[in-house]
Amino acid sequence: MKQNHFDAIVVGAGPSGNAAAYTLAQRGLNVLQIERGEYAGSKNVQGAILYADALEKIIPDFRDEAPLERHIVEQRVWMMDDAGHTGMHHRSDDYNEDKPNRYTILRAQFDKWFSRCVKEAGATVIYETTVTSLMRDASGWVVGVHTDRNGEGITADVVILAEGVNGLVGRTSGLREELKPENVALAVKEMHFLPQEVIDARFNLKGNEGVVIEAMGTITEGMVGTAFLYTNRESISVGIGCMVSDFTDVGQATPHGLLDRFKAHPSIRALLEGSEIKEYAAHLIPEGGYRAIPELVGNGWLVVGDAGHFVNAVHREGSNLAMTTGRLAAETVADIILSGGSCSRHNLAAYVEAVKDSFVMKDMKKYKDIHGFLKKGRHVVDLYPRLMNRAAQTWFRVDGVDKKSKESTIVREAWRARGIGGLMGDAFKLMRAWR
Amino acid sequence: MRIFVCIKQVPDSAQIRVHPVTNTIMRQGVPTIINPYDLFGLEEALRLRDRFGGEVTVMTMGPPMASDSLRKALTYGADRAVLLTDRFFAGSDTLATSYALANLIQKASENWGQPDIVFCGKQTIDGDTAQVGPGIARRLGLTQLTYVSSIDEIDPSHGTITVRRRADHGVQVLQSRLPAMITMMEGSNEIRRGRIEDALRAASAEVVQWNAAAAGITDLGHCGLRGSPTVVKKVFAPPSREEKATLVGEGAANPAAVANDLITQIFARQPVLEGDLMHAAARH
Ligand SMILES: Cc1cc2nc3c(=O)[nH]c(=O)nc-3n(C[C@H](O)[C@H](O)[C@H](O)COP(=O)(O)OP(=O)(O)OC[C@H]3O[C@@H](n4cnc5c(N)ncnc54)[C@H](O)[C@@H]3O)c2cc1C
Repeated sequence: MKQNHFDAIVVGAGPSGNAAAYTLAQRGLNVLQIERGEYAGSKNVQGAILYADALEKIIPDFRDEAPLERHIVEQRVWMMDDAGHTGMHHRSDDYNEDKPNRYTILRAQFDKWFSRCVKEAGATVIYETTVTSLMRDASGWVVGVHTDRNGEGITADVVILAEGVNGLVGRTSGLREELKPENVALAVKEMHFLPQEVIDARFNLKGNEGVVIEAMGTITEGMVGTAFLYTNRESISVGIGCMVSDFTDVGQATPHGLLDRFKAHPSIRALLEGSEIKEYAAHLIPEGGYRAIPELVGNGWLVVGDAGHFVNAVHREGSNLAMTTGRLAAETVADIILSGGSCSRHNLAAYVEAVKDSFVMKDMKKYKDIHGFLKKGRHVVDLYPRLMNRAAQTWFRVDGVDKKSKESTIVREAWRARGIGGLMGDAFKLMRAWR
Repeated sequence: MRIFVCIKQVPDSAQIRVHPVTNTIMRQGVPTIINPYDLFGLEEALRLRDRFGGEVTVMTMGPPMASDSLRKALTYGADRAVLLTDRFFAGSDTLATSYALANLIQKASENWGQPDIVFCGKQTIDGDTAQVGPGIARRLGLTQLTYVSSIDEIDPSHGTITVRRRADHGVQVLQSRLPAMITMMEGSNEIRRGRIEDALRAASAEVVQWNAAAAGITDLGHCGLRGSPTVVKKVFAPPSREEKATLVGEGAANPAAVANDLITQIFARQPVLEGDLMHAAARH
């Protein structure tokens, strides 16, 4: 074997790259993983929800060692207007189970742990090294990578691009198009530190229980987007994100302006009171959905995770799709290499099939129209939350008006705001997009 | 040439905060780095090795996770790394640290030969004492060359060295004998970016780990808390100084690079700005 030759090179050490490198190393392949950051997670936005299932399929007993913050027992979905919110809360003691389904994590710590697992599984991992381009042979087949360090390029049978949403290598190598503003959201996020007891008391939690709040409404000033708040053990992650194209075409607000407003909102302010802000980060999320998924395989390469645009924006899932696609890519590659095959586009197509058979592509497909719907139907993020909050007020205020009149006021307001055709049309379109 | 470089893993002081209410140091999530002053010694060592041949061994005493810093030193191009780690060393002051490191150097010499030079950091950013290097030199009988701004001449066959040393009122040119313990001034060089081969080697290299016994240390009374007469009476946050304007990069060969660096630093301190600029960039 040549000194600098590997079975596979994985570009990036986020959830998708770690899942791929770990799976390959477990299967006994000689893997090199290259990460640009000082350590895995150093470039990653803090605070996130981890979906256990995707990780369990890679590291079944991860709960014993992974740095987890809290498991989620309560979900709050809020429709906000400027004065408050109307929403749904779902909480169940059933979530206090042996193997909880969702956790809050701090990405910097989690990614670092995952990266250690990758190394322990036998992969070679180098940090502070940026892959600058793909190495190709005369026929255009990808045979390795060049990096920003002096020295020769490194060759491999296959290169797995797990480089995240910006995916410069794939883009500059012509494997993918430039990101379109209407296909990416820009999210900003802060970490607010508070003592554990204070968080427990404010959110009605005990032990490692955690809460997630997702919110939409007038807080995004008419742009398509959502805000969120997660409880970690001794901190709260709070953030907001909107489509990049909306920041330019619709709203006047800056991302941190939106976040400041969200934090000052009467429904949120008290939850964060007295906290110390420690980290602020801005990051892109590929939210173009099914139609934005690029070419996934070629001769000598495949794409996984955010670089492959695998994010389910409706359910706020990203890292689980990243881990699943990373695992499926690695399984495909391992099957090919261990049976002595070549990593041709034709053989790697088995990865695309595996993704299609999994929840990943099924979910991407299910919501393929939601994107277009929201783009045209902005009233969903602005008008409806307003109406809902007004309706709730009309309903709950006791002011000498009879109930029947109250009901007709509610209906009339909705009618006046959107018209019967609009209401029906929205319902119909939403149903179709959701189907 | 055979060169040993002592390094220390320290919390990145730029990212440490003192809790406004409790006045305690908030260590949670603070990343660790190689003490920046040690890097000037490491780079000087690598340059001497590149010129004269030989090998560079980096070493440290610390908790097991200090091996991260050693591995990083290998990524820069060092040839070998040794970690001295044992619970007996916990709570060491400068006296106990220099005792442990002197023993470590002795043990390493038995294994790989006597060093011509031992580099230490001028001081650490978390202790600031500047006592460990001289302590080691005294214990091992090495010539002490502290605050060195450049090595002008070195003759390994005759065992002589000429250095420039920053003194209070000027620069001293000193000629001395090897083996020597040298601490380099900041700014005397710039740590290199290791080659891809170094990065690959470092990723799979083994960091040699010794406990007290393996390093031949039997007198535990000189180690850790027991061997440390220093007592910390009080820790407090000094009132912050008022910001002052400074002129940077005057006459720099590459002003763009200087500006780039500054912007990165500003973003690190003012992340809100970065978000705004990303947003502004997205508009175009
Ligand atoms: C604010 C915000 C909140 C989110 N919340 C959630 C959540 O709660 N739950 C969830 O499941 N998902 C969430 N997501 C989405 C989730 O973060 C991503 O889907 C997931 O991180 C994708 O993983 P990845 O490995 O594909 O990419 P990334 O995590 O982006 O990792 C890519 C890695 O590649 C490295 N890299 C890039 N280019 C190069 C190069 N040229 N050379 C070497 N290395 C390179 C980067 O440094 C990085 O470490 C959120 C995203 C954002 C922005």
